[in-house]
Amino acid sequence: MQKISVLLFLAWVGFLFYAGIALFTSGFLLTRLELTNHSSCQEPPGPGSLPWGSQGKPGACWMPSRFSRLVLVLIDALRFDFAQPQHSHGPGEPPVSLPFLGKLDYLQRILEIQPHHARLYQSKADPPTTTMQRLKALTTGSLPTFIDAGSNFASYAIVEDNLIKQLASAGRRVVFMGDDTWKDLFPGVFSQAFFFPSFNVRDLHTVDNGILEHLYPTMDSSEWDMLIAHFLGVDHCGHKHGPHHPEMAKKLSQMDQVIQGLVDRLENDTLLVVIGDHGMTMTGDHGGDSELEISAALFLYSPTALFPSALPQEPEIVPQINLVPTLALLLGLPIPFGNIGEVMVELFSVVEDPQPHSSALAQASALHLNAQQVSRFLHTYSAAAQDLQIKELHRLQNLFSKASADYQRLLQSPQGAEAALQTVITELQQFLRGVRAMCIESWARFSLVRMAGGAALMAAACFLCLLVSQWVTSPGFYFCPLLLTPMAYGLAGAIVCAGLLTATGLKPDPVVLGAMAAVGSLLPFLWKAWAGWGSKRPPAALLPIPGPVLLFLLIRFAAFFSDSFVVAEARATPFLLGSFILLLVAQLHWEGKLLPPKLLTIPRFCLSASTGPPRHNGTHALGLGVGLLLCIRLAGLFHRCPEETPACHSSPWLSPLASMVGGRAKNLWYGACVGALVALLVAVRLWLRRYSNLKSPEPSVLFVRWGLPLMVLGTAAYWALASGADEAPPRLRALVAGASVVLPRAVAGLAASGLMLLLWRPVTVLVKATTGAPRTRTVLTPFSGPPTSRADLDYVVPQIYRHMQEEFRGRLERTKSQGPLTVAAYQLGSVYSAAMVTALTLLAFPLLLLHAERISLVFLLLFLQSFLLLHLLAAGISITTPGPFTVPWQAVSAWALMATQTFYSTGHQPVFPAIHWHAAFVGFPEGHGSSTWLPALLVGANTFASHLLFAVGCPLLLLWPFLCESQGPRKKWHPLGNETESRVKPEEEEEPLMEMRLRDAPHHFNAALLQLGLKYFFVLGIQILACALAASILRRHLMVWKVFAPKFIFEAVGFIVSSVGLFLGIALVMRVDGAVSSWFRQLVLAQQR
Amino acid sequence: MKDTDIKRLLYTHLLCIFSIILSIFIPSFFLENFSILETHLTWLCICSVFVTAVNLVLYLVVKPNASSKRSSLSYKVTRFLKCCIYFLMSCFFFHVIFVLYGAPLIELVLETFLFAVILSTFTTVPCLCLLGPNIKAWLRVFSRNGVTSIWENSLQITTISSFIGTWLGAFPIPLDWERPWQVWPISCTLGATFGYVAGLVISPLWIYWNRKQLTYKNN
Ligand SMILES: [Zn+2]
Ligand SMILES: [Zn+2]
Repeated sequence: MQKISVLLFLAWVGFLFYAGIALFTSGFLLTRLELTNHSSCQEPPGPGSLPWGSQGKPGACWMPSRFSRLVLVLIDALRFDFAQPQHSHGPGEPPVSLPFLGKLDYLQRILEIQPHHARLYQSKADPPTTTMQRLKALTTGSLPTFIDAGSNFASYAIVEDNLIKQLASAGRRVVFMGDDTWKDLFPGVFSQAFFFPSFNVRDLHTVDNGILEHLYPTMDSSEWDMLIAHFLGVDHCGHKHGPHHPEMAKKLSQMDQVIQGLVDRLENDTLLVVIGDHGMTMTGDHGGDSELEISAALFLYSPTALFPSALPQEPEIVPQINLVPTLALLLGLPIPFGNIGEVMVELFSVVEDPQPHSSALAQASALHLNAQQVSRFLHTYSAAAQDLQIKELHRLQNLFSKASADYQRLLQSPQGAEAALQTVITELQQFLRGVRAMCIESWARFSLVRMAGGAALMAAACFLCLLVSQWVTSPGFYFCPLLLTPMAYGLAGAIVCAGLLTATGLKPDPVVLGAMAAVGSLLPFLWKAWAGWGSKRPPAALLPIPGPVLLFLLIRFAAFFSDSFVVAEARATPFLLGSFILLLVAQLHWEGKLLPPKLLTIPRFCLSASTGPPRHNGTHALGLGVGLLLCIRLAGLFHRCPEETPACHSSPWLSPLASMVGGRAKNLWYGACVGALVALLVAVRLWLRRYSNLKSPEPSVLFVRWGLPLMVLGTAAYWALASGADEAPPRLRALVAGASVVLPRAVAGLAASGLMLLLWRPVTVLVKATTGAPRTRTVLTPFSGPPTSRADLDYVVPQIYRHMQEEFRGRLERTKSQGPLTVAAYQLGSVYSAAMVTALTLLAFPLLLLHAERISLVFLLLFLQSFLLLHLLAAGISITTPGPFTVPWQAVSAWALMATQTFYSTGHQPVFPAIHWHAAFVGFPEGHGSSTWLPALLVGANTFASHLLFAVGCPLLLLWPFLCESQGPRKKWHPLGNETESRVKPEEEEEPLMEMRLRDAPHHFNAALLQLGLKYFFVLGIQILACALAASILRRHLMVWKVFAPKFIFEAVGFIVSSVGLFLGIALVMRVDGAVSSWFRQLVLAQQR
Repeated sequence: MKDTDIKRLLYTHLLCIFSIILSIFIPSFFLENFSILETHLTWLCICSVFVTAVNLVLYLVVKPNASSKRSSLSYKVTRFLKCCIYFLMSCFFFHVIFVLYGAPLIELVLETFLFAVILSTFTTVPCLCLLGPNIKAWLRVFSRNGVTSIWENSLQITTISSFIGTWLGAFPIPLDWERPWQVWPISCTLGATFGYVAGLVISPLWIYWNRKQLTYKNN
């Protein structure tokens, strides 16, 4: 098997996953651009005079204000039928009695008694029907999606223009009481606010009683212009008991009394709005787009007559966001810039003047203002983003110009007929509804087909990984034809699709095309593979994962479906990892690999003990296990709490040292951090020295010897400056500022140059000994002449290697050197892992620099932990067989688990406010100007550092058991100490070949690398698949936008980072392999000369 | 292997289960407001004492392993003292393991330690009764092909199922159900108890069903 085809295959599998993720994301995560423009009184939305000559009047804006004060009562999850009037059913039919029906008595009465003062509407909320998104919609008049691009991820504060901001900037006093979600959305806007915790869904009364305590006193004090009361009891009752519970009746009756109390206190200039932000399903949940979830009640009441017509038979259906422009104009405010709602024309009739003409004129002018504002918004938005359909946009713009022209003409000739006015009104309404429909089309619709398709694609890719990882080590796996044909099919399919789409005039969607290509290549592959192997193998072989690992993977898979477990993942992952490690130790013991067999079997029972000789003693493995547990527990001390658990306290060690007060503690910590750096450096150097890779004169080794300490020095200096920058004397300020720019860049540059050197000359072998060595024997090959084919080379290389060993040994004996007897052997035997470890160290330092100082201790633990884990895993793998090499599933699973654990112990959480934004300023203290990719890269590198490191280090799982091979024989020799013995015995015994065993069988080596990559892909793929499934199945869940969707995004980005890292790691091993080959080739040529 | 052996095993196990049930009901006659969840620590102590006592009595009565060679008083006393030390050590060992697994280090020390005690009661005490303070024998029993009698076989099963029960007991802790039994370490102790009881029930049945395959060569 060729190296290039291994890399191609991995890239293809990665592409399959990416296509699935992209397809799923395009159906699930609706995005929209947020504009920060604001409307203002002085600036009318379009040309033309403002209606009713309103500019002169005091307190008037685009339109004169109708009400000076507003009471907004938001009853969370007040579904429309909770407030619906109970019509008497046909005779004989028993009245339907459900706990939530007809409980708002007072509301019904007032509708009947004062039909010109009150109105009930059925408002239609747009999905996602979650409270935060609805609150955004109800104040901005827009269609919030989950990712409002351009918004500040660090906080939930609304950046778009909104009603509350307009009120505040007009100098009106806004008083709020209720759900503390508003605190995040509108920080510092309210003149007075009473927030109550909203997180505990089981608590029905805290918020409501808190509001009631303040509501009436505030009403009476009249120190307000807008009063908002957000009740949560109904919603929480729905979540806890569902709507069909007697508790719901009590809650609704309480709300009824609240409304009655408010109506009694209303003054003539005040408007009362009672609204539900969304509905609830039969089980009391919400978030999705079903009829019950999107239908909410909307009730308006004014002490003065507001509605000219009588009560309609059935309440009118209005989109929820129509309330925004209506309220804005009624209160005499400009309509928020991004609003796409349509004014409710009924409220703009002139009640005192029964002449239809004046009413129609007033309505038309309000609508025209509204349409001008929407048209202005569309113009600005389509200039900034391209996600709206251009054709439709043109049509709507034409419609608006026509309607606007008609309206202006009518204004010029005031005697215009009412019929003409009605036409203009209809045209304007058509325009506004067209805009809304277009925006919904691109912003607010889950695409179930895409979600299902994406999930299916990911599942299929996982299945493929499982299948191929099983087959790849079996003999006769020729996947070049298997791979190339499907790729050709996929490419052809994608091109045909693109052609068809362009032919029919549709814009080809890259996501769909990618998915088409993925499916087009996946299906032929699976089909061919099935035809080729399915018949020969029993189906049991399709599930090669051993039982315990399967159990752990299943637990991990299932945990993604519970919001509690996703929130608690930071604690659950170390628990799982610890269990896994103890299980590994127990399994080793169970299989008798830890203790000498005579201990385990009774003397009489010796015959059946056929287990191989144990290579590790029990205390060694147990020590590794306990050391790992200790490391994991220590790393868990660096724990950041999710915001959902208020009782938990984040570790104070996650903050940068600069935030510490108290010089002594700071100095101690600084010392500890630098100590961790030095320890890391010393550990890596010791490791390299142990395998003697440090003696090579190769440039990359020289870099490890001199460059790494420089990097440590730079990092330590940078930390000193960063943590004490405020204490620097003024003279040195400029110097300090300069250094804090230069130092991180210098460290990153050093790391990059080190990696370059490593890629250029990855073979860290001491060549000095071979040159000019006296030739004692000729090369032990039956062939002469330069190696021509690969097979020759494969054959000749191990021979040369063995020969070199003997030669060295001979020389060492002659010079009576007492150094280690196997200098050259260890260099060559650890050539792959030395390159890997060097690369990982070089990667770790810049990543470390992006974190807070004290995280360096976690990085030290990370290296220690992976070292211990590798040793423990190596204890369970026997490498004496020359046959196919495999990396066991438990190794890959534990590795992936450890990556997740490190993600949390470096102070991360999968939610947007927890991202370490300060990482963007490392090396760029002044910011980045307009560039966005560089800060994104820095923050991404900080967030996904653990994913990257573990993915790049993945090949170590394959290499480490070979590395551990040297321990067995050596330990036996050293205690002997006797000089004659130590010289004689090694000659009889074969030296450990270590990683050169891999070179002995290059075909198996490549297959093992592919298998390793596929297994890692599978374990990661299972996680992303679980996240996607959880997000789509639980899209009605209360926590979907707070827990599941962010988790999915983090997992998806983590998957992409990991897959790239994996690819790079495997490519690095192959680069080393290639370099070793050419090194041998040169050696052969030198010998022949 | 005779069926009578299995029968004896079953009866001893039933007695053990009975002692756990007694530890739930008897204290409520003597103590005010006794319930497993509210006065959990008291129940832990009582349950531990009951199970230990029953195990000791059964060991003295049934004598599952062959008679020991020496039976001098001083030998017995040292043996007993050794057992006590082993028991204490296993308690501390489990405590350390729990802390490594994420149990709080300083808060709730007493709770964690009593949890370690009850787990030791379910696992170490039967080992001590059956195998004596002999680590090598323990290691032998808990490895493949290491058991030499149905008693050891059942010991293996009950111990492993106690551990599995404890492990499963940790799973409900993060859930947001806000039940009183989700508090550390109640769910884990309950898990350990259920695991132990399940092991007691399963092991005679399992041995009975596999009696054809099980051949302990030294007997
Ligand atoms: Zn809500
Ligand atoms: Zn809700």
